[in-house]
Amino acid sequence: MMYAAAATAILVTIGLALARALLGPTVYDRILAVNMIGTKTVLLIAVFAFLSGRTDILDIALVYALINFIAVVAVLKLVELGYLFTSGDTEEQEAKPE
Amino acid sequence: MILEMLSWVFLVAGGLLGIIGGIGIHRFPDFFSRLHAAGITDTLCAALILSGLGLQSGFSLVSFKLVLIFAFILFTSPTASHALANAALHGGVKPQLDD
Repeated sequence: MMYAAAATAILVTIGLALARALLGPTVYDRILAVNMIGTKTVLLIAVFAFLSGRTDILDIALVYALINFIAVVAVLKLVELGYLFTSGDTEEQEAKPE
Repeated sequence: MILEMLSWVFLVAGGLLGIIGGIGIHRFPDFFSRLHAAGITDTLCAALILSGLGLQSGFSLVSFKLVLIFAFILFTSPTASHALANAALHGGVKPQLDD
């Protein structure tokens, strides 16, 4: 029963973060909201593991926590530098920075 | 019985903290204060919820996985927030200094 309460609280938090992601004026607000949703999803998976009794899906929560971090850092690099990776023709990339 | 009560208190407190962080994200005026609100939910809410679950599973592989998840969240969340603030400041978002 308490797992259901914790799960609904986490779902409400994800809803609030989703609203901030839609409203967020700057792109960094959106990245912040997505990062928060990712962390809450990790907790949701953990609570759901106990809710359904199948605790072997905690590994999924573990992987999700890592990938969420890597995704946030990758998006930040994309937003800041304008490109994520240059496809080899770096001289063309340097020619027109933006 | 005590364990049941304690993990119930932890889980509900973690859920409430998450909601408070979610509300905080909406009420704070500018991006950098919102970063603080999101930071609260990342660390303390995760700690409470995962420890509440850990109490339920006792000393087993499951609670070891929970401790591992919490360790990863504890390491990656501040780093992500730092990278985010750094990118925002570099990207030209000015913190709102005086109200």
